[in-house]
Amino acid sequence: MTEILRVEHLKKSYDGFLAVNDVSFSVDKGELKALIGPNGAGKSTCFNMLMGQLKPTAGNVFLDGKKITGMRPREIWRRGVGRTFQITGTYPSMSVIENVQMALISHHHNIFSIAPRAWKLYRDEAFEFLRIVDMEDQADRPCSILAYGDLKRLELAIALCHRPRLLLMDEPTAGMAPSARIALMQLVADIVQDQGVSVLFTEHDMDVVFAHAHHIMVLNRGELITDGSAEEVRNDPQVQEVYLGGGTLFAEARDA
Amino acid sequence: MAFFFAQFLTGLANAAALFLVASGLSLIFGVTRIVNFAHGSLYMLGAFIGVTLMNLLPGHFGFWGAILLTGLAVGAIGAFIEMVVLRPIYRAPELFQLVATFGVILVIQDLALMIWGAEDRLGPRAPGLRGVWRIFGEPVPKYDIILIAITPFILFALWYLINRTRLGVLVRAATQDREMVGALGVNQAWLFTGVFALGSALAGWGGALQLPKGGADLLMDFNIIGAVFVVVVIGGMGSLPGAFIASVLISVLSVFGVTYLPQSTLVLMFVVMAIVLIVRPYGLLGREEVAGEHGQVGAPEQPIRPYGPTGRALVAALLAVLAALPFVAEQFVLTLTIDMIVFALFAASLHFILGTGGLVSFGHAAFFGGGAYAAALLVFHTDTPMELAFLFAPLAAGLLALGIGWFCIRLTGVYFAMLTLAFSQLVWSLAFQWRGVTRGDDGLVNIWPADWLNSPEAYYYFTLALGVGGILFLRHVIHAPFGYALRAGRDSPRQAEATGIDVKRVQYVAFALAGAMAGLAGGIFVFSKGSVFPTELEIAASFDALIVVFLGGVKTLAGGVVGAGFMTVVEDWLTRLEYWRLLLGLLIIAVVIIAPEGIVGSLRSLWMRIRGTNDEVAK
Repeated sequence: MTEILRVEHLKKSYDGFLAVNDVSFSVDKGELKALIGPNGAGKSTCFNMLMGQLKPTAGNVFLDGKKITGMRPREIWRRGVGRTFQITGTYPSMSVIENVQMALISHHHNIFSIAPRAWKLYRDEAFEFLRIVDMEDQADRPCSILAYGDLKRLELAIALCHRPRLLLMDEPTAGMAPSARIALMQLVADIVQDQGVSVLFTEHDMDVVFAHAHHIMVLNRGELITDGSAEEVRNDPQVQEVYLGGGTLFAEARDA
Repeated sequence: MAFFFAQFLTGLANAAALFLVASGLSLIFGVTRIVNFAHGSLYMLGAFIGVTLMNLLPGHFGFWGAILLTGLAVGAIGAFIEMVVLRPIYRAPELFQLVATFGVILVIQDLALMIWGAEDRLGPRAPGLRGVWRIFGEPVPKYDIILIAITPFILFALWYLINRTRLGVLVRAATQDREMVGALGVNQAWLFTGVFALGSALAGWGGALQLPKGGADLLMDFNIIGAVFVVVVIGGMGSLPGAFIASVLISVLSVFGVTYLPQSTLVLMFVVMAIVLIVRPYGLLGREEVAGEHGQVGAPEQPIRPYGPTGRALVAALLAVLAALPFVAEQFVLTLTIDMIVFALFAASLHFILGTGGLVSFGHAAFFGGGAYAAALLVFHTDTPMELAFLFAPLAAGLLALGIGWFCIRLTGVYFAMLTLAFSQLVWSLAFQWRGVTRGDDGLVNIWPADWLNSPEAYYYFTLALGVGGILFLRHVIHAPFGYALRAGRDSPRQAEATGIDVKRVQYVAFALAGAMAGLAGGIFVFSKGSVFPTELEIAASFDALIVVFLGGVKTLAGGVVGAGFMTVVEDWLTRLEYWRLLLGLLIIAVVIIAPEGIVGSLRSLWMRIRGTNDEVAK
């Protein structure tokens, strides 16, 4: 397997507090990989450094072997990395489909054009992406009145717009109903299958993680303690210690 | 050296009143997020009430007692203003309240004129402190020394109040997170009223304390408000020690400025502010503002759509009426309509950057006046043909906006607003004080259009074509990808950046475009009047445009244009009356309270309620 993302000795400190400490891992092409850990483990900090929202204190990030450390989010996006946020970021003053069209306008390098009407541009293409996330019937509703789960799906459609090679999803199912969570992750798994996109995601819901992730990494207090298959992670005593102080959480989680 | 030191002491003494007023403004902004433009008016009220009370009360006790009572009285007035004017509109869009406070300024101006008359009042001397003390041989007024001695106590008292009392805990908590404080059971309404009263009282005390040095007059409100904003911004919004340091810095610098660089006086403090903000974008002791993640206040903005058949028909009908006007109307109607179109284009350009871009500029008049001056200077000094000079107006204003925007765009929110204000003051003081080129307040005159445009009808059609063309062009840009990118950067900068949009660059270009369009309005203006004066560059001119945009409705595309039309007509009608400021102020306050979404926004809500399509937007 060839790797698409490689992270080497990533570190972030705030006034001496190490939020992320010497984290190294890689993501292979076509892989659906989860990054889990208790609250405050440093998952979001990690994500923000991968996508350029935060500058790492030390360490490097490589995309397809090219260093992207310290680049701005928009530059990393242009290199084929999509991202969804823990708290959704959409444009409430636009309609659902216009949110997708906006990303397409950016993808097609049309931001500074003042001639055409924006809402006529790439409408069919945007519609296709809405269809992927099953939002096509809401295309012309104002984005400001959407339910939270729909916003999450819209954000996914936006992130798919420039046909990313790698998708970073920070808590893709947070705030959604259990049935909707399964459906959304199934959707992501299908996208990985169909389009060969690699996905790295963080998640709190263990059902979601163990049902879909090919590989799982566990982060605790800024340090990576395991990186392996679902089976390996489930049986790792250190992981059980972190999550339950030594119970058998994951066996139960799978049965649930 | 002794002279130097004496000057330094004078500066310190001047800092006392400035600090009092600035700390009040800072407190009010911190807790209520209201940019209180009327703060200078409260300071002026403090001075007038102080004079009256000092004349009524005798002796030592009378003087200091009058100062104390003045603060309490102004505090009560502040509480009244908060309850009657501001409390109904806390849910209105951000910064909408500043329009209401502008209405308050107008009302207080005329009330003060009615009660105290137009004459300046000399402040009584403090009993027992009439003479001077000699320090290193230089005379320093005794009262100055007393002021210097008092100021640290005021700072300490405020610091104690904020950091060591229960009220202070509430104030600090509310400054960080208003909603959380409300959720924890604190009665926000009364907390806001209390803070507003305290801030007003501080302004009142400032006005009364400076009486023996300055007296009371009707221009005090505007004269101090610029300095107060500068102090608060240099110190860092919400920081009392910052406000103190900045007051001292500004006061001392302006004393030395008057002595050594008299032509710099008007611009000095704004230069200092610009330098501080460029080096430390959030002031000396301020912290970066964490943008409220609590969602937008007020109704969410609706997706924009070009007008449907009804809208197009209405616009076409309006244009037809405007085109037919010279055949039916008298000349003063044409002149009024030209003013209206010029103002509408100016307001539309501000609305473009403010509404669509989310950047509240307090200095947009720099580009209007800049364009007007650019054209006028060419005609005046080099006899450039009108057509060429006219083209130069938007060009020069656009270049000016590129220059100013380069510094300002990196800031956000109130700091952006203040830096644009500073730069517009800079441009204004150039026009005002560089007499060799601009002729100062004599203005540039005899700037008439070319012969083929030199009849009222011809110039009217010229204005109609370019003004309406400019407005339609801006509208078109808003509907184009660039306008969408600008809106995306306003709605969610994080998402915009994460999908490849260079938000700052988009805003920079939009700022320059808005500047160029304001310059175009300025160009039309200068050839219609035949002259231009520094007043076109004043803070008040920028505020006029702001008021118009807010009154029309920030969240509606037609807001700026409708607001400008409304305002031009109302002003033309009201200014014939003696106390027109009072009436205009009351009218503005009434519109703000009755129609918090602006005129267009409220009409649209009403229309939707009538048609019963409130929940989903019509396509």
